[in-house]
Amino acid sequence: MSYRDIYADLVDEPGALLPIFHRIQDRLGHVPQDALPEIAQALNLSRAEVHGVMSFYHDFRAEPAGRCVVKVCRAEACQAMGANALVRHAEQRIGTPLGSTCADGSVTLEATYCLGNCALSPAVMVNGALKGRVTPERFDALLAAAQHKEQAA
Amino acid sequence: MTRIYVPRDSAALSVGADEVAAAIVAEAARLGVTIELVRNGSRGLLWLEPLVEVATPQGRVAYGPVAVEDVPGLFAAGFLNGGAHALAHGLTEQIPYLARQERLTFARVGITDPLSLDDYLAHDGFRGLRAALALAPAAVVQQVTDSGLRGRGGAAFPTGIKWKTVLGAQAAQKYVVCNADEGDSGTFSDRMIMEDDPFVLIEGMTIAGIATGATRGYIYVRSEYPHAFEVLGQAIAMATQAGYLGDDVLGSGRAFRLDVRLGAGAYICGEETALLESLEGKRGIVRYKPPIPALKGLFGQPTVVNNVISFASVPIILDRGAEFYKNYGMGRSRGTLPFQLAGNIRHGGLVEKAFGLTLRDLVEGFGGGTASGRPVRAVQVGGPLGAYVPASQFDTPLDYEAYVGISAMIGHGGLVVFDDTVDMAEMARYAMEFCAIESCGKCTPCRIGSTRGVEVIDRIIANQDRAANIELLRSLCDTMLGGSLCALGGMAPYPVLSALKHFPQDFGIETSQLAA
Repeated sequence: MSYRDIYADLVDEPGALLPIFHRIQDRLGHVPQDALPEIAQALNLSRAEVHGVMSFYHDFRAEPAGRCVVKVCRAEACQAMGANALVRHAEQRIGTPLGSTCADGSVTLEATYCLGNCALSPAVMVNGALKGRVTPERFDALLAAAQHKEQAA
Repeated sequence: MTRIYVPRDSAALSVGADEVAAAIVAEAARLGVTIELVRNGSRGLLWLEPLVEVATPQGRVAYGPVAVEDVPGLFAAGFLNGGAHALAHGLTEQIPYLARQERLTFARVGITDPLSLDDYLAHDGFRGLRAALALAPAAVVQQVTDSGLRGRGGAAFPTGIKWKTVLGAQAAQKYVVCNADEGDSGTFSDRMIMEDDPFVLIEGMTIAGIATGATRGYIYVRSEYPHAFEVLGQAIAMATQAGYLGDDVLGSGRAFRLDVRLGAGAYICGEETALLESLEGKRGIVRYKPPIPALKGLFGQPTVVNNVISFASVPIILDRGAEFYKNYGMGRSRGTLPFQLAGNIRHGGLVEKAFGLTLRDLVEGFGGGTASGRPVRAVQVGGPLGAYVPASQFDTPLDYEAYVGISAMIGHGGLVVFDDTVDMAEMARYAMEFCAIESCGKCTPCRIGSTRGVEVIDRIIANQDRAANIELLRSLCDTMLGGSLCALGGMAPYPVLSALKHFPQDFGIETSQLAA
């Protein structure tokens, strides 16, 4: 299949590659690897260059994520307020280690390094929404609410 | 009709501001009271978020932190008339945390609706740009130079000198690039400007364009800041529509077009040359310098690259004059810096003050000590590459040079407070681990050194040949400090060495051994 329709309007932008990856990931949830050759062709780049950029940035996924994406901040300000314990709690609660998706595909748990909410630590991001002052109890409530919303959708 | 303010800053949203706003609207409807709800920026008193303000004849009265359950009680207590309540803090402007600040760059933040051009204009907006348009480009650059403004992203390079270099460069196309890749833990001032007063950034960048002859600008925002990205996009569209951006800025015949681009989760893209590579659609790999970006920057063209706060400080300098700005501060650190109080702190938030105050003023005076109530053990100043400062150095004035004097750096003004439960050997290990995760891989000291650093610290913690491994760690840090291509590898040793120096007992070193 071709992905060209998704990003055709971006091809002539200077430095279009990141905007194109973002657009595809926004639409499809990940950047399918079979899109890379045609992007390379559209931008007159080598496949290696396109693959190199794709794999350099933490954000771009080659595979779909779980239905909920939970990012827990591991940076210093959050560590000062118990982020390491929150990470352990999250891993136990979701049943998958940081940087993976649980077996039933319901939740992807990831580390992030600073969400800019450092006065309201520890911080997490649930499906793109920033949350602050996250205790383990609040974490469970936020996760349950996100899963409930996703099931209703 | 009473006007009620509920912030739309993402810190406020992260603790339920949207839900509180909805509850206020619903309760007002239930009671049949008409209110006007304004979604303002945050005042930066973040421990009080969501901070709801009510406009009264005496001024805005603050209530916070407000939870959804508090809303009916607030109405019952007559908060629409500034009534007494357990969550009331009196007039916002008189809360000591705010009243003691010197807000220049953040003058409007929290007061206005970030996406109201009328609000912006009513609070001195675009006066700096109008002043700049009345001057010759070299005179604008001179104002910025005379103000003493230095790069607020951390490196503290004189902004005017950078601009002068770009102004003097000959090229068909020059660029203005805003580094909004605010990746340092403990910092959020860039985010607050972008979300809470986006027009001031647009104005500052436009002045930079006018001053240097650049007609295109980019704001590179990190992907962890989706809300800032959204707000900037809307603000740019509004400013363009109103003629503040575009092919004919305010009828001056000068062009300046601005776009916002999203990063993709790479800390290294906060390094200016890696950021330029990323904007060009490439991997965020650091470039060799020279050539400097001012001469060969974006797409090989002369480029002004500055941090959000640097640009956002320019409009007030042009409006009020270089002397006005320069009168704040001490030594060669002129003006103000928005400090960010973060981590384990009771009153976390944003404090804009002139240079020259101390960490003690900020952490104990403004911050009220730790959130946990335990003693403060260390403060990491200036982000993950900044030194851990022990209590014995809390009285050093916050001045760029004075901090260099204690082997630390002010950086972007972020302060992360730790209480006495922190294990500083673990924090040193984390500094190396973070460097290993985020290294772009171009230079060996950073790419390999950071991984070896984690291993050596692990051996020190496990008490394997401790004395020899501490020697090895120092030698490794020396190599990284001297041999890395950019500040990531070149400064990651600062937190490590400062932890080792000030908290040797956490590494299992007896104080008696140190004396020997």
